[in-house]
Amino acid sequence: MSERVAIRVRGLKTAYGSHVVHENLDLDVCEGEIMGIIGPSGCGKSVLLRAIVGLKTPAAGEVEVFGEDVTGVEGDELSRVQQFWGIMFQDGALFSNLTVRENVIAPLKEHANLSRPFMRQLADMKIRMSGLETSAGDKYPSDLSGGMRKRAALARAMALDPPILFLDEPTAGLDPITAAGFDKLVRDLQRSLHLTVFLVTHDVDTLAATCDRIAVLGDRKVLAVGTMDELRKEEHPWIRDYFGGPRGRAAAAGVE
Amino acid sequence: MSDDPEYTYEIEGERGVLTLKGDWNVHTLGRVEQALASLDLGGVSSLETDLTNIGQLDTAGAFLIDRTASQSGLESSQTKGASQQATSLLEQARSLRPPPEQHGSRSEPHGFVDLLERTGRTVMNLANETIDTLAFLGETIVSMLKMFVRPTRMRWTAFVSVMEESGLDAVPIVAFLSFFVGMVIAFIGATTLEAFGATIFTVELVGIAVLREFGVVLTAVILAGRTNSAFTAQIGAMRMRQEVDAMTTLGLDPMDVLVVPRAYAMLIMTPVLTLVAVLFGIGGGAFVSWLALEINPTVFFGRLRDFVPIENFWVGMSKAPVFGMIVALIGCRQGLLVGGSVQSLGQSTTRSVVQALFSIIVVDALFAVFYMELGI
Repeated sequence: MSERVAIRVRGLKTAYGSHVVHENLDLDVCEGEIMGIIGPSGCGKSVLLRAIVGLKTPAAGEVEVFGEDVTGVEGDELSRVQQFWGIMFQDGALFSNLTVRENVIAPLKEHANLSRPFMRQLADMKIRMSGLETSAGDKYPSDLSGGMRKRAALARAMALDPPILFLDEPTAGLDPITAAGFDKLVRDLQRSLHLTVFLVTHDVDTLAATCDRIAVLGDRKVLAVGTMDELRKEEHPWIRDYFGGPRGRAAAAGVE
Repeated sequence: MSDDPEYTYEIEGERGVLTLKGDWNVHTLGRVEQALASLDLGGVSSLETDLTNIGQLDTAGAFLIDRTASQSGLESSQTKGASQQATSLLEQARSLRPPPEQHGSRSEPHGFVDLLERTGRTVMNLANETIDTLAFLGETIVSMLKMFVRPTRMRWTAFVSVMEESGLDAVPIVAFLSFFVGMVIAFIGATTLEAFGATIFTVELVGIAVLREFGVVLTAVILAGRTNSAFTAQIGAMRMRQEVDAMTTLGLDPMDVLVVPRAYAMLIMTPVLTLVAVLFGIGGGAFVSWLALEINPTVFFGRLRDFVPIENFWVGMSKAPVFGMIVALIGCRQGLLVGGSVQSLGQSTTRSVVQALFSIIVVDALFAVFYMELGI
């Protein structure tokens, strides 16, 4: 694993009105690793994701992706840096008036100059890559189950082969078997495509199965970063409860 | 920042050699994709792809390279000089080849038969819509009667809030528009009647037109645009987020909770709004008569009282509750028909407004025939 930093967050402050979500937050995500982000509900995991990808303008601080400052960029510059990443939103956020295939084609059409049949073929390949049948491409998002919708969302996020993948709660609301399948999919794709993955989750099993390192958010900043074993030695009460609780222990036992 | 992808193809005896150069990623591929698709690989028995000098490669590039190899239909194809990452990408692409059978393009039928088919479908749809709307009307009336018998079950909060939103809040726009329409009728009537020296008949014109038709139709049209679409959007959004399903499982009948309060509120507020429209419409007519035609208000209202029968007012008002029900019913029905997608919400809202306007005009025409036969 290379030590190049893919995402570097320094002194980040985000706020909604007078409510400060993060203050002085520092985080490094190395290239080619899966970084899990955990923390209590409402600690701003998704807000951090939104701040990095530019959906929420930070009040202070800077975010660098591959050494480029991405805070406050606009226009052409923005669409260029946006190609660094693909995002899978919590509920998939698939365009409900388009079929799955059209959803995957949408970014290709916008950013790549390809012929129509090739785009179709490529989209079908991405759909298969995310573990769906090719026939799922003709369906509308409302016709898919939760797990399939997440896979379709992943296919769309990967349409332009971004080096970084942001996943917001990829396994929330899935049954354990489907979730485990999704974890494996993320892991396999990360390996074969050498992706950097930024993964926001609540799911201890997902953390144990996929993440190289884990960052714990809380008290408006990063409480600790490290592998699961390192974090288990942390003294912070929330972290201790998280990994020491029945679910945390079961997940750890499952991996070992 | 990136090099164009290039390829050269050579035949070495039995073997075809494809040598690739430059970056093969999703942003650059457009330049070679079609050329590569039409590459003729006849006359060779195996294909070797040389990746020694390739720059960037991503899944799209690997897919294209693999597609070229698979399309050729050759039994053996090898790669040369591929990096470890390129090999894994190509392997992945190979494992994700499309299943062989799916290569049929579905052609959509066009022409005369298709036209007939679509016409038939539309007619049947129209018939079914009409029947379903009438069924819904029946269902609503039954629910409304039940509620009338047991008023304690009425959702008074929802009822009053709909009355405010759809009734009270619509007063300014109804008043404004009626006033202007009244003015326009008086103006056009006056200019035409002037030619016959019968300017004074403007009073009858404005009176009958506004009392009988314009007041109530204008109100209904405004409500169809304003309230009907709001009903569809509110209920449709609730359907989309499964709130209506939740309601049903909690033992709340969506008819009682959503439809009946709206229907009653419209039943009461549409006549009120019509009255407002009539008053302002007449006012607009009187205003123009006074300013432009020098018929002063005293003369105007005196003549209105003496020469415009009061039946006209009752004819107009009698239509108001019917139009109110049309607006409420179609709005609620279309809202309840919304499916899971944003698109269906948009479609339902459009359909709702169109159906409401259509029904209002048709019903108004039926009323006209009815009252004419009665001689009112």
